[in-house]
Amino acid sequence: MLADVPIILILVGLAAYTVLAGADFGAGFWILFPAGGRTSPAVTRDHARHAIGPVWEANHVWLIFVLVVCWTAYPVAFGSIMSTLSVPLFVAAIGIILRGASYALRGQLDSAPQRRLIENIFALSSVLTPFALGTVVGAIASGRVPVGNARGDLVTSWLNPTSVLIGALAVATSSYLAAVYLAADARRLVDRTLGFDFRARALWAGIVAGALALGGLVVVRSDARLLFEELTTGGGLAMVGLSAAAGLATLASVWAGRLGPARVSAALAVAAIVGGWSVAQHPRLLPGLTIGQAAAGRATLTALVLAVAVGAIVLVPSLVLLFSLFLRGRLDAGPVAAPIIDVPGTKLADRSRPLLGFALVCLVVGTGLMVFADSGWTRVVGITCLCAFAVSAFMLSATMSDAQGNERRGNRPEYAKFSGQEEQR
Amino acid sequence: MSGSAFAPVDQYYLLQARQMQALSFAVHIPLVCFGIAFPLMVLFAEWRYLQSGDLLFRTLARRWSKVMLALFAVGVVTGTILSFELGLLWPGFMAAFGNVFGLAFALEGFSFFVEAIFIAIYVYGWDRLPPRRHFLSGIPVVIAGVTGSLFVISVNGWMNNPGGFALENGVAVDANPWAALFGNSYFWHEFVHMYVAGYMVAGFCVGGVYAWDFLRGHRGRYERAALAIALSAAAIASVLQPVIGDWAAREVAKKQPIKLAAMEGLAQTTSRAPEHLLGWYNGQTVVYGLEIPGLLSLLAFHNLNATVQGLETAPPTDRPPVNVVRLAFQTMAGIGTLLALIGFAFLYVRFRKGRLPHSRWFYRAVIVAGPLSLIALIAGWVTTEVGRQPWVVYGFMRTSEAVTGAGGLPIGYATLVVVYLGLACAVVWLLLRFRRLPLDRSDSSLPSGSEFTPSPAAEAFRAR
Repeated sequence: MLADVPIILILVGLAAYTVLAGADFGAGFWILFPAGGRTSPAVTRDHARHAIGPVWEANHVWLIFVLVVCWTAYPVAFGSIMSTLSVPLFVAAIGIILRGASYALRGQLDSAPQRRLIENIFALSSVLTPFALGTVVGAIASGRVPVGNARGDLVTSWLNPTSVLIGALAVATSSYLAAVYLAADARRLVDRTLGFDFRARALWAGIVAGALALGGLVVVRSDARLLFEELTTGGGLAMVGLSAAAGLATLASVWAGRLGPARVSAALAVAAIVGGWSVAQHPRLLPGLTIGQAAAGRATLTALVLAVAVGAIVLVPSLVLLFSLFLRGRLDAGPVAAPIIDVPGTKLADRSRPLLGFALVCLVVGTGLMVFADSGWTRVVGITCLCAFAVSAFMLSATMSDAQGNERRGNRPEYAKFSGQEEQR
Repeated sequence: MSGSAFAPVDQYYLLQARQMQALSFAVHIPLVCFGIAFPLMVLFAEWRYLQSGDLLFRTLARRWSKVMLALFAVGVVTGTILSFELGLLWPGFMAAFGNVFGLAFALEGFSFFVEAIFIAIYVYGWDRLPPRRHFLSGIPVVIAGVTGSLFVISVNGWMNNPGGFALENGVAVDANPWAALFGNSYFWHEFVHMYVAGYMVAGFCVGGVYAWDFLRGHRGRYERAALAIALSAAAIASVLQPVIGDWAAREVAKKQPIKLAAMEGLAQTTSRAPEHLLGWYNGQTVVYGLEIPGLLSLLAFHNLNATVQGLETAPPTDRPPVNVVRLAFQTMAGIGTLLALIGFAFLYVRFRKGRLPHSRWFYRAVIVAGPLSLIALIAGWVTTEVGRQPWVVYGFMRTSEAVTGAGGLPIGYATLVVVYLGLACAVVWLLLRFRRLPLDRSDSSLPSGSEFTPSPAAEAFRAR
């Protein structure tokens, strides 16, 4: 039972990553193919790029979450997957570097001639990365990763019909989610044409993604019979049905222009695919290795679950805050909504002399304890003293106004020299 | 499940795998320094704005926060590469010990989440959140920067001083992650050492930028305020670092004597052991170096006559490459001493004379100090990580037992080198671009006619 908790965490993380980061990847897809709408390609690209700004980093962290839970709870499975699938994972890693770096770079390039190149690197890596990660899922789902250090085939494990299908599906669902979300964001920005364009894209991408998912079952049937049977019976079938229903509901909502509900049902449609995969494969993790067999010891699992529970207490409200600000447009760029508020200044009382004395005493005591004593508690006290020195000395040094120095020393000419140089230029 | 499934493989390219990991680490670690120290510097500037009402500090915080976000974005991806590489390059290590140390990375994951969420709210929220709430949204970024590095370094502390598990067929069983990671006395000095280094690197690198401006005659209020914050942080950190370094050296002498022997090139166990400055280890002793009798014993055990364990106490196959470790250590300690002198000079002038230094040589030194601090940072990590060799888990698992059996490592290595070179160019170019933004344009929200027209600086920027 305890052994199953981490896999549930992994699936939650994977679903969140597929939906949230997927939509960010999909924005890259629309930057790559911005034509075909009534709005100009340049405006479309800018919209897709700006929309993910405040959230893509947080969304990316779900991938890290999945990795760390996997290697902590199921270390042997993690080692087997990472070594056999090193090629697509390395490609994904390179894609992640290129994507993050080009995104950061593009933000500062509004007038530079290289901006299109950087934008295309961003867009291409946004397509490459989900494809590579999709092939990894396909390899695991079709049972091509044996237990052991690089025991599987380094090429055919991920270059096979199921992997390619799931890679393509990852790109398609990402583009579909992005189109739905970008349509909703465009409406918030009160840009009707842009919103209309992305609604049209969402409909098309939804139809393609749905067709790929259902048509792909034929591929899975011939390539990975076991997976096909698990997907078309019992819980697996229910999830596939849920995904299809949510997908249809999204299409209807987008058609009707009800983009709020569409956000939710689109996410559900994609998350249900992840759910279907997990239900189908349960309890098999890798061939010959069940989740129970792969799980780490009790102490590790308990510690992990505790850590995640405590982490969730911090994470959930933070995410709610981020997305509520984001969806209400409080993190949008553009003209200022609220005027900047003048803060009434207060003059810091001059306590510099006693503070300087305190800092020096802390430095001497802390250094003495650190250098001449050698036990745990002297270290704690010593480090505390050194921290107190650092904070008080920093406050003194960094808040010291230049004028204060001048008054104290009465050496105005020194500063006159500085400002004099400025005036000369 | 069997440990034998992860029986060691014969990996011809072990050295390349280690170099790939080291390269990725060297690329990521400077960004970590900015993650540790920069948020506090930015928040301090904003606090000054809230406290004094002086819009100059708002402009400063705002400009810095954009650089902070860009560096964070690059850090996000380079950090992701590191976690990928743990599995891609060292699956044996992950399979055998993931259950022991993985917990720290799970905790780090949450720090990372918090950092990513609030850095976005902070930087994108400048114009739209009320000032006080905006300031508060930056505080989690500072905290997460500290806890994130703490958790990661707890893993490194454990790798150097492993505990909290039993070994069965080469696989860790009965793991007790809490005890292994946080009951380990050996990681605190690493953490404090790194934390202080973070302020040195961020402070000197940021300070160097404004020192450059100073030398070119741009000495407006804006530059002076920026220099005061950056250099105060760097100077205090670099003055404290020798004390922390002394603590770290004594811990290494106690727990990893072979690493210490490699750092010093000490072949034979010696009492009243001498310290050699510079020179070269020829397999028996250090040649061409400046020998100071008894100093090593004094530094390692605070006793001139103490006996220091030599390399001969470990079989040759268990020794790290001496010259790499020794050179790295001397580089770090030498640069650290220089930086401490610069820091001391700054604090002396600041507190005795109540102003910034005037000497042009001081500002030239600060410009050099930025890159030097980066070299010292990487040299320090080379010292501890190459000094750990040939072990990945000290005394329990060798890197050769941990490495992947997958082929094609040289291709991956070459690709990574090219990508990182591109990344380095991009980051440098990006930082230069940030600098060229005129002061007033970066702060579009400045009300017209406010008393903050830092005319000297703004004029200076326009004049370029």
